[in-house]
Parts: sequence; structure tokens; C-alpha cells
Amino acid sequence: MAALFCAGGVAAASPTSIFAPASTPARELNNLSIFVLAITGLIFVGVSGLLVYALVRYRARKEDVTEPPQVFGSLQIELSWTIIPILIIVVLFLTTARVLYKLQDAPEPATALDVTVVGHQFWWEFRYPQYNVTTANELHVPVSSTAAPRPTFMKLTSADVMHSFWVPELAGKTDLLPNRVNEMWIDPQKPGMYVGQCAQFCGSEHAKMLLRVYVDMPDQFAQWIANQQRAQPELIQPTPAAQDPSEESAPNAGNAGIVRAAASRIPPNSPATRGNIVAVSGEESQEISAQAGQYVFEHEACISCHTVAGTVATGRYGPDLTHLMSRETLASGAAPNTRENLLAWIGDPNQIKPGSLMPAMHLSDRQNEQITAYLLTLK
Amino acid sequence: MATVPLEHVMNEGTWKLPSRGVVAMASLITAEASIFTIFVVAYLYYIGRDVSGPTPKEVLEIPYFGTVCLLSSSGFIMLAERAIEHARMAAFRLWWSVTILLGATFLVDTGMEWEKLIVHDHLTIRTNLFGTTFYSLVGLHASHVVVGLLMMLITLVFALTGHVRVEHAERVKVLAMYWHFVDAVWVVVFTVVYVVGR
Amino acid sequence: MGAESMPTVPGIEAGLDRTSGSTRTGTYLEIVHSWIVTVDHKRLGILYICYALVFLLVAGVEALMIRVQLFFPHNNFVSPFSFNRLFTMHGTTMVFLVGMPILFGFGNYLVPLMIGARDMAFPRLNAFSFWISAFAGLLLYYSFIGGVGLAGAGSAPDVAWFAYAPLTERAFSPGHTVDYWAVALVASGIGSIGTAINIIATVFCMRCKGMTLFRMPLLPWLYATTAFLVLVAVSPLTAAQAMLMIDRYLGGHFFDTQAGGSAILWAHFFWIFGHPEVYVLVLPVFAFANEIIPVFSRKAIFGYAAMVAASVGIGFISLGVWAHHMFTIGMTSFGNAFFTLSTMLVSIPTGIKTFNWLATIWGGKIRFATPMLFSVAFLFQWVIAGLTGIMLSISAWNWQLHNSYFVVAHFHYVLVGAIVFMIFAAIYYWYPKITGRMLNERLGKWHFWLMVIGFHMTFDVMHFPGLLGMPRQIFTYEPDRGWTLLNQIISVGGFIQGIAVLVFVYNMVHSYFRGKEAGPDPWDAWTLEWSTTSPPPDYNFVVDPVVASRRPLWDLKHPEDPDSAFE
Repeated sequence: MAALFCAGGVAAASPTSIFAPASTPARELNNLSIFVLAITGLIFVGVSGLLVYALVRYRARKEDVTEPPQVFGSLQIELSWTIIPILIIVVLFLTTARVLYKLQDAPEPATALDVTVVGHQFWWEFRYPQYNVTTANELHVPVSSTAAPRPTFMKLTSADVMHSFWVPELAGKTDLLPNRVNEMWIDPQKPGMYVGQCAQFCGSEHAKMLLRVYVDMPDQFAQWIANQQRAQPELIQPTPAAQDPSEESAPNAGNAGIVRAAASRIPPNSPATRGNIVAVSGEESQEISAQAGQYVFEHEACISCHTVAGTVATGRYGPDLTHLMSRETLASGAAPNTRENLLAWIGDPNQIKPGSLMPAMHLSDRQNEQITAYLLTLK
Repeated sequence: MATVPLEHVMNEGTWKLPSRGVVAMASLITAEASIFTIFVVAYLYYIGRDVSGPTPKEVLEIPYFGTVCLLSSSGFIMLAERAIEHARMAAFRLWWSVTILLGATFLVDTGMEWEKLIVHDHLTIRTNLFGTTFYSLVGLHASHVVVGLLMMLITLVFALTGHVRVEHAERVKVLAMYWHFVDAVWVVVFTVVYVVGR
Repeated sequence: MGAESMPTVPGIEAGLDRTSGSTRTGTYLEIVHSWIVTVDHKRLGILYICYALVFLLVAGVEALMIRVQLFFPHNNFVSPFSFNRLFTMHGTTMVFLVGMPILFGFGNYLVPLMIGARDMAFPRLNAFSFWISAFAGLLLYYSFIGGVGLAGAGSAPDVAWFAYAPLTERAFSPGHTVDYWAVALVASGIGSIGTAINIIATVFCMRCKGMTLFRMPLLPWLYATTAFLVLVAVSPLTAAQAMLMIDRYLGGHFFDTQAGGSAILWAHFFWIFGHPEVYVLVLPVFAFANEIIPVFSRKAIFGYAAMVAASVGIGFISLGVWAHHMFTIGMTSFGNAFFTLSTMLVSIPTGIKTFNWLATIWGGKIRFATPMLFSVAFLFQWVIAGLTGIMLSISAWNWQLHNSYFVVAHFHYVLVGAIVFMIFAAIYYWYPKITGRMLNERLGKWHFWLMVIGFHMTFDVMHFPGLLGMPRQIFTYEPDRGWTLLNQIISVGGFIQGIAVLVFVYNMVHSYFRGKEAGPDPWDAWTLEWSTTSPPPDYNFVVDPVVASRRPLWDLKHPEDPDSAFE
């Protein structure tokens, strides 16, 4: 009883209370938990009441050295406190089974949104197969009402070790395992932002693998999807004369200008080589600009881990950065997504998240500034 | 403490408790059975889940000869037990040696099988799931055979030097329990690996 | 009855050997040597208990460091790497280097005495089991200097006490931390299995004349059940660790998901060990309650046969509930339902035991000496722990509670609130028999009340962060989650418990030298160990006892109303 009361009171103060459900799975579990708390509360009051009574009533009087009557047992009493608990258990089990099957075996409606969640050390990858969208760390889902139901059905797996997806106000947690696909669903009924975090110890930065779920109104969600589907421009273009017609490497080339590179600094197989870019000044650009930043980004090892759709960056090991600036936090919630934090993160991720698997690249300050300038354009 | 003079006190002769050795060996067998169960479960779980490499059907040949040797050795060890109970020490030494010989033949047979798998079929413990689970399970069993043979060899040496007498029948029985267990495990391993798994 | 020595009953008096003490004479070196080569079950019992108490202090310090780190959100008291080592070592130490050894220690000391035997069935195996367990503990802690972890020199295991794969595979734990964890625990497991074999052989083969199985005190019954569980459940852990080492060093693929291996298989194997393990820890503690509560209520245990059936039943059912640690791992709804039901079923025999204790107290004449104070707290706390266990067995609700601080609160309620409290009760109860001196009652009451206050401050409150979404095994937390104040209260309670333990340690040491003399039977109890001197002579009994009932000393003290008339 005390637990209920306090929980109710404190629930208001916490964004991750299991007693503040905003989605059907969480609500079912909330109702089940209140029922179970009531039964166990009664049992506790009964048993401890008897115990207190016995301890008070049967204390030995100071001078009394005689022994009380010796009672060795009673079959009827043993049977009664065997049968009654069995009955309680039958009730609890049947109630649980009902909720279990309702939640775990719920059929997926045609209107549902599909999301694939892939756990990584120490960030979340989200894919929307219906829309060909890949993003990281901040999940956007549409609000779902009884009039227009649009639940989100999620398939969960992991790229490395075990993780667990837990946003208490939306649903119970489900584990992410490598080489295995688990399933869960949510149907949030109130727009807003819901927080959670990884709930299965996965290594040094387990505590910082935070989750944000943004529940959008339908039109907001459509807008977000449309933005996520947009590819980013390749700011670096090959020169027209030397372009190999069969190697169209920049399908959505923007028109932001051309950066030339010193031939000796170009990696042998890059599209830039195939395009035969000629250096302008014999060294990379000194200006802090998006173009200069993309140049550094694509010539250092960044692209081996990160994807920016529409450019040559197609690495899959780290988070997709195509629309990095559409996210409010960095490094799965470890820091707010501001220019200063971006710069600090690129400089040395271990400052913000020690043990993070992104290494410090030991670039110059100028290069870090340039990359930051480029990333800031990835809206 | 003095005796309590009441009617239901047991008579001297009727207080019989089980043998420590037998109870202890039964307990050890329980623990070992538990370990083998886990390896068997892993083997069964991983049947058919290899991503690459040789499969059981491709490379496993049923070890008929070794199996017959090992399982028949259980019969011979029983003969040895009976012999020592009746103080027929020469017979005991004979049947005991036959048991050891049959167990050693089983090991040689297993060795030859492994040589074929490793050298000709390129199946090692690191090749794939089949390799890992096969060598672990069969190897665990083989190691138990080795331990059993060692204990029996030591006993044989004692027997040959005249140190084993009829009063040691109980200890021989305890050792024989272990050997029967090893054979029973082989029945399970054989079924799982060469029958179910292929 | 109280701390003074009772005048002994004539039947006992005749059998006491007051001339023999333990070999306290000789040079210092001779004394140390005698302890190292001993095969006497009593000395080995004392060695196990002292070893465990040292590690209790070490693991307690680890816990307090955890609580300091969690006092503020984004605290910097220890690095994430150190924190992960701290909670891994705290859990591993408490289970394997404190819980198991101290309970084996009591079993070693008490089982032969209670069944009227002179020693365990295999004294040398007994000594071997202790020393390999001791080696295992030292090996595990050597990892602090010798291990090589992910972030630099020297580090202990940092993969959580249940070491889930594939985090423990070479790819994700390239150093040696996992190797220390696995090898040390395999060694400790060998020791445990040796002890289990010894206990079973002793209980079945060494009872004194007249002591049929149904005249045996409940403590040997529970220890035999525990030993059986050890045989069946510790072996799967050894097997799984062998598989892990094969993966790490021989290129195996048991848990290598790239090659088709399975992470869920490790979880199954670990918990097939892990759940019976907690019953291995709790059944001996039930054994203590079965002996202490009747003596201080002045009544025989209520429902002996039901208690035997319930204890053995708990042992068997506990082998079938393990996946309640895995409700979120993605089992089918049928699997989840099955383990919900089997887990709930365990509560039936457990409830029977609890109600039987209540019925033993009912109608008695309760004396509140320190052992009884701890036993009473045990009863209340055990009921609560059982009820939160029922809550956790509800698989659907478990999806919210799993891996949160609610679970941490639940299992500490069992491990500290039930097990540690009852271990304290057992120490206060049997310390006089082991050392010949009483522990100080006043200090005992200080110890008790500080423990109660600290325990409840920490572990009652700890349920709430779990209900508010705080996962476990996190080195820090966000300030906007509403968990901060709760964590601070929890930490303060931890320090209060630390003070309680220090009072207790002082009591143990001080009473060893200055405690009141205990005599053979200070509590006016009824089982055979109270018929010897305190401490007993090396050979336990001058004459082999012969018994005719479950409470041989009751029969001697009450010849007009002996138990043997009722059985």
C-alpha cells in the first residue's frame, strides 16, 4: 500500500515511472501491477499482523522457567495453508497469462509502422523499412489513437552484445540479441517526448546508452520522414572534363562549389581519383566551411564508419549522420547537440563518453572545426 | 552422552547405514551427469545451425567397433566384481585386464576417428559449430574414459603385486560404478552425435 | 535461560570431557601448521567462516564505493571502468567467496555434531575442498593486479556477475578479466562439489545409532538438500565456463553469434545454475531458523514432516524456474507462461515453511536474546522478499521490473534481509559452542538495531528507483529522472549497515578474549551438539550417542514428557 501511495506521488516527478503509462502495453502492465500489489499487500498485512501479535502475546514472562505445551503439528492446518496459497496462485497466474498473451501475441494491423532497432555499443540504430530511412538514437513515431490506430511494431536485434530497449512509459523492456530478432510494439496515445535507456549491461558506457522516443502528430511525423528521406549533397564534385561517365558518384550533387585536392592526398580508389580532380593550391582548403569540412570528412577515416546518404560516406559501423542536426542530443543522449559539444566530441569522444568505441582521430583543431562546420549542415 | 534407556532403542546388530563410498560415487556421478547434460543440450541445440564447414552427415562414420568394445567392457567389469566378491583373485585380475584393454581399444578407435576428421576432413574445434560441439562433447567423454582407465591401471598394479584382497570388493564396486557411468554416457553421446545429429 | 551456563543434566554431565581442549599449546609455528594440515571438520568449519567474513568486509567496501559513486548524478568518484569492476566483484565475491563458504563452514561444523558422528565422511576431501576454494578466492582477487582489461593495466572482471555472452567473448573482452572470473569460479566449484559429496555421504552414512532419517534434526536435512542442489546446479556453471574458455582460447563458437552461436544459450546455462544457487544460499539459512526459532520459543518445530517435505520440494521445484531471469529475452508466450507458473509454485512450500515458523512461535514462551532478534527480523524480511519475488514472477510485469533497481532491492532483501540476518543469528547462537564464550548481548543489540535501521533505509527505499525506471549496473544516472534523493537515502543506509558490521566484528574479537564462559548448553537447547563441552573435544563425543527421538536432550531434561513417547 505504501508502495502504491509513494509511487503515485513520486511518479509525477519522474519521466520514467512505470505507473505513468502513455501506451497500451504500459497501461496493461500498470493495471496488472496494481492488482498484484493489492493482493500481495493484503498477504503482507495478514502475515505480519499475525507475527506481531504472536511476538507480543507469547513473550516469556521474566520469572517463568516452565516450558509451554509442546505441539508437534496439525494436518488440517498444514492443508489449509497449502490450499489457500494454491488458490491465490491460480488467480495470479490466470491474470498474468491473459495480459501476457494479449501483449505478446498481438496481431500487427495493416496501418502499423515498422521499425527495426539494432543495438550497438553504445548507441541505437533505427531503420524504417517502409520509408527507406535510417537514423540513430532518437526514435520518431506517430501518435496512435483509438479512432486512427497507428501502432509501431518493432523488430529488435543487435550488432554486437546484448542490449535492452526500455522506455517505461511506453512498454516493458525487450532485449536485443545478436543473431536473433525479437519483437515488441507500442501505441503511444499522447504526443511528446519519452525517455528511457539501455537496460542490459553491455560494457563500459552502458549507463550512457540513452533513448528518446518522440511521439509526433501525424503531419509532424510525415514531415520528419520526408526530411529523413532527403539525401545530402555531395559538395565535392569531379571536374567535368575528366569525369568518367559510367561512374556517376554524386547523384544529387549540389551546387555549393568545387573543392580541388592535391592529387597525392587522394586515396587511390576514391571517386575523386576517378574523376581526376586537380589541386587548386596544392593543399587542402584553409577556410572553415562546409565544403572544406566535407573534404576532410571524406578523406579521413570518418566514412569508414559513418553514412551520409547521397555522398560517398557509406560506413555502417557508427551512427548514420545524414540528418545529424535533426537530433537534439549527441552520442545517444550523452550531451546536447550543440556546436561546442560536436567539436568536443569529434576532438576526443572519451571526454564525453569514456569507453565509447569512436576513437579520437587526432586531427588538427582546424580540421575539427571544418568537420563541425560540415556536420552542422546535415539538417 | 549416556544411552537413553527406552524401548525403541535400536539393537546393536540392526543399525545398518549405506556405504560411504557408494553414496559418494553416486553423488559424483550426479554432478558429472549434470555437466554432460549441458554439453549434450548444446550439441542438440546447434544441430543444423552451422554457417559453413563440414556437416555431420558428410564426415561422420559410425564407430561400431569402438562402441562394442566400450559397452562390452561393462559386462567384463561386472565379471571382475563378482570374482573379487568370491575371492577368486586370478579371475579378478583377468577380467579387470580385459576391461582395461577394451577401454583402451575404444580410445584408440576414437583417436583414429579424430585423425581422419582433422587431417582429411579439416574439421577442428574452431571450424564451425559442429566442430566445436563435437570435439567438446566427445572429448569430455574421452577424458572421463582416460581417468577411468588410469584408476583401473593403478588398481591392476596393486592387484598384480598382491595388495588387493577380498575385503576390497566394496572399493572395486565403487570404481565399477564410475565405469558403468562412463559407458552409459557413451550410449547417450553415441545416440545424440551419430544417430540424431546425422 | 540466558547467558549463564545452565547446570547440565546428569545424562549430559557423564558424557562431557572437560579435560581435552584443542591443541592450543606449542609454538606459534606449530599452531599455524596444525591449522593448515587439519582435517577436523570443526577447524575446517572455522576456517571457512573466517575466510568468508574477511571477504564480507572486502565486498562490503566495494558496495560502499558503489554507493558513493551513485550519491550524485554524473558523479566522478570512480571511472565507468572501475565501477563496472566494483559491481561485478561485489556480486561475485558475495555469492562465491562469502555466501557459499560461510554456509559450508557452518555445515561442516554442525552436521557431524548434530548427527552424533565424529567427523565428516571424507575428512581429507573436506580439507581439499576448503583449500581449493581459498585458492579460488585469492585467484579472483589477484586479477586486480594481474588481469589486463579493456582500458589499461591491471583489472578485475567487469562483465557483471552473470557475465553474459557475447560480451565475454574475446571480441568484446580482449583482456584477461573474464579468464580470471571463469577459472577462479571453476576452482571454487570443484571445492563446492567436494563439500556437497561429503555432506551427502555424512548425512546418509554416519548417523549415530537410533537416528533414523526422520529423527534427524532439520539442519542436516536441509544441508543434504542443499548439497544435492549443488551437485546438480553448480555443474552447469562449470560446463558453461568451460565452453566460454573453449571459445576464448581454442577458437570455439559456443557463444559466437557470427558463426551461428547463441547468446541466449549462455543465459539459459547460467541461470540453470544461477537460480538453484540462490536456494543453495537460502536453504542452510532455513536450517538455522529451524534450529533457533524453536529453542527461543521453547517449543518443538511445528510440523516436522511438512518441513522436510517442503524443504525437499523447494529443492526440486527450484530446478525448474530458471528462466524467470529471462522473461525479456524473447521467449515465446508459452515459455513465459510456463516459467511464471513454476516460479509461483515455489512459493507454496516456501509459504508452508514460513507458516510453520509462525506456528512454532505461536503458543510459545519467546525469549528475545540476540539470536532470536535476528530470527524475528529474518521472518518479516523473508515475507517481504517472498512477496516481491511473487511480483517479479508475474512475467508481464517483469518486463518493466527486470534489470531495474526493483530486482536489486528484491535480491538484496533475500541475501541481506534473510540470509545475512540469519547468519548473524547463527553466529550469535553457535559462537558459544565454537569458542566457549558468549558474545556480548549489549553489543549484539546495538549490532541488531543498527542493521535493521540501515537495512530498511537502503533496501526498502531501493524498490522505488526501480519502479521509476532506473536500470541496474549503471555507473551514473541522469539528474532529470527523479532518482537522486532516493539514491542518497540508499547510500546513507549502506554506511549505517557498515557501522553495524564493525560493531559486530568488534564483538566477535572482544568476546573471544573477554566473553562470559558459555558452558556446554547456554541456550537450554535440545540437539546433540549441546551435549559436548564448548568447544567440543577433537573427537566430538566421548561415547557414541544413541538417540530415541528428534530432541535427545529434551528427553534427558524432561524424563516425564519425552518426545520419544510421541514418535
